[in-house]
Amino acid sequence: MAAIADHGTAAAWARAQSRRRNRLRRLPLLPALLFTIVVTQIPFVLTIYYSLQSYNFNYPLLRHFAGLHNYTVIFSDAIFRTALVNTVVLTLVPVLASLLLGLGIALLLDRKVFGRGLLRTLIVSPFLVMPAAAALVWKFTLLDAEFGLLNWVLRPFGVHHTDWVNNHSKETIITVLTWQWTPFMVLILLAGLQSQPGDVLEAARVDGAGPWQIFRRMTLPHLRQYMELGIVLGAIYVVQAFDAIFMITSGGPGQQTTNVPYYLFEAAFRAFDIGRASAMGVVVVAATIIIATFALRTISGLFSEQGMEGRL
Amino acid sequence: MHGLWIGRGRWLMAATIAAVVVAGLAACSSSGGSPAQATGKQTITVAVVNNPQMIDIQKLTPKGFEASHPNIKVKYVTLDENTLRDQVTKDVAASGGQFDVVMIGPYETPIWAKNKWIDDLSSYASKDAAYNVSDLIKPIKDSLSVNGHLYASPFYGESSFLMYRKDLLAKAGLSMSAHPTWDQVAAIAKKLKNPATGMAGICLRGKTGWGENLAPLDTVVNTMGGQWFDMNWNAHLTSPAFEKATNFYVNLIKAAGESGAGNFSFNECANAMEQQKAAMWYDATVGASVIDDPKESPIAGKLGFAPAPVDMTPSSGWLWTWALSIEAASKHKAAAWTYISWATSKQYIDYAGQQLGWARVPPGSRYSTYSNPNYRKAAHDFATATLNQINSVNVNHPGVNPQPYAGVQYVSIPEFEDLGTKVSQEITAAIAGQETVAQALSKAQGYAAPIGQSHK
Repeated sequence: MAAIADHGTAAAWARAQSRRRNRLRRLPLLPALLFTIVVTQIPFVLTIYYSLQSYNFNYPLLRHFAGLHNYTVIFSDAIFRTALVNTVVLTLVPVLASLLLGLGIALLLDRKVFGRGLLRTLIVSPFLVMPAAAALVWKFTLLDAEFGLLNWVLRPFGVHHTDWVNNHSKETIITVLTWQWTPFMVLILLAGLQSQPGDVLEAARVDGAGPWQIFRRMTLPHLRQYMELGIVLGAIYVVQAFDAIFMITSGGPGQQTTNVPYYLFEAAFRAFDIGRASAMGVVVVAATIIIATFALRTISGLFSEQGMEGRL
Repeated sequence: MHGLWIGRGRWLMAATIAAVVVAGLAACSSSGGSPAQATGKQTITVAVVNNPQMIDIQKLTPKGFEASHPNIKVKYVTLDENTLRDQVTKDVAASGGQFDVVMIGPYETPIWAKNKWIDDLSSYASKDAAYNVSDLIKPIKDSLSVNGHLYASPFYGESSFLMYRKDLLAKAGLSMSAHPTWDQVAAIAKKLKNPATGMAGICLRGKTGWGENLAPLDTVVNTMGGQWFDMNWNAHLTSPAFEKATNFYVNLIKAAGESGAGNFSFNECANAMEQQKAAMWYDATVGASVIDDPKESPIAGKLGFAPAPVDMTPSSGWLWTWALSIEAASKHKAAAWTYISWATSKQYIDYAGQQLGWARVPPGSRYSTYSNPNYRKAAHDFATATLNQINSVNVNHPGVNPQPYAGVQYVSIPEFEDLGTKVSQEITAAIAGQETVAQALSKAQGYAAPIGQSHK
């Protein structure tokens, strides 16, 4: 009896020790956590505060509390609704396009080729170039109506002085965003491809499965969660696309390429209507939180599947 | 061994925290607003637009100003027009004090003076004999003054006129009248357009921005009898006159203008002229200093200059000046005035003329520039034309009908930055053929009417 009682007390003491050790292990993270909370949450709370005010920089003395007035104004604004639609289009299309391109490139990079390391670095480079600098190169070097490389390359096919930026503004922005985010998808999908167990693929080949069958019935299901992760993370970043729109189209002819971030910028720095811009910011953050929640669920699903594979 | 591990871990943690704290302190101390030290050395931050004359003064500041004023260091922040306005307005409105001297125009000056965001310069100017207020060109000075008090000192001034290739017109057997009308200019442009050589008949601004494509468009509107707001602040963007003017402008670009006009503003058209991709150019008078500079331009000496084309008014050029003012929140006002009085003085113009060539000096600010024999020799092509053009502008009544604000190519109300940007986006869409002029103007009227309403 005494031995059992001793064992119980010893177990409780061991649990208390391990809890203390865990707390000690987390201690170095505390400065980082405090910093994150201060740097992200204080501006967010201030933004919510400003969104409830009627506050225009040009009329600083007329500032007053306005409740949800700004939210009513933005949702009844036809341009804001257009911006919402544009945001959906300018997010979904680049994300899906870069996913498909990324899948193709990742499949090609998955084999042992001479110079594979160099190829991988080159493929990843669009992601590393400053978005604003890249946008300027697209606008003036590649797409210019008079001097652009694209028109020069297409001249033998009968293309003359096409004004890509103004006549095909949405397509231009989608192309630039796809070009920028394909490397991101390549990296995620390449990780997924390389985590495929080689012996299972070998077994399938020995059993006489062709490459297309292996791809469709083994690789794709394995990549499903990587693709979901790529879509969700990519969407969270691409929804905030601003540099390309600001540098290339300034919101596009009319409002064709005005998305919510760009419209927010116009409200804050042209109209100097801080209240309205803050309300837009809150709306974008709320939508992003909803998407991020799905992202976290996917990631946890990904890890649990990995765990299950390990036990198999 | 267990004890050793905890010891090393604690050491590592302490070292990391120390490094973060030191880095944090270093970052804090290097942020702006350093107070004057014992030697009295100050740094003033000057925000300027990225036009050629401003790039020139940056090159000349170390030897021309800092050498003779060892206690003042000048730090320039150069931005394009739209970004400059964003940054500077944000700073003055929030009293950030990030800039000491800011470059503004006659649009901002009355609004910011009223909000007390910039300082009254008249007391500085009257105490500074070398500054010579009476030398400033009168319409320019008036546009920067409120109730007779000067709030910004002009660095350069401009109106707009027509620059054209005399040789190309002569080769085509055409001649430009001394006071051309827009119909005459359109006819010449259509004849000079040559798709085979990629030569546009005329280069006109199409880029989005209330100071970009709206500037020339508004002068066309004014001279064809249209206006933004009447004396009762009713918006008139869908009036027959406004529509006629906008149709004229857009159709001229489509028929004889450059391709990709929606991206073209001052710099792009200057480039097009120099690359022989355009035969004529209607834009700011300072464009002449750029494309007629024998050191840098291949077409220097081949240009003729005509007053801004008219229709129903005797003159139609716009009025703009880039001027330097002192932010009310600045902590280095005395040094700021010393810099401003140098940068906008006759002495600087003389210095720039000697160093860079007389065609490159900032024009349109002082009468003395136009009586300087060196300047007249270098700029004889366009000096008289520029001075006459600026003198012919009536800032208060530029169009056919009276208007409730002072300004030729803009409406001097705070909401105009946003309103003008939205309307100019629609104009770019019309130029690109994405919508008709009627659709663009009807949307524009929808934006303008409530703003006029709020000013009644």
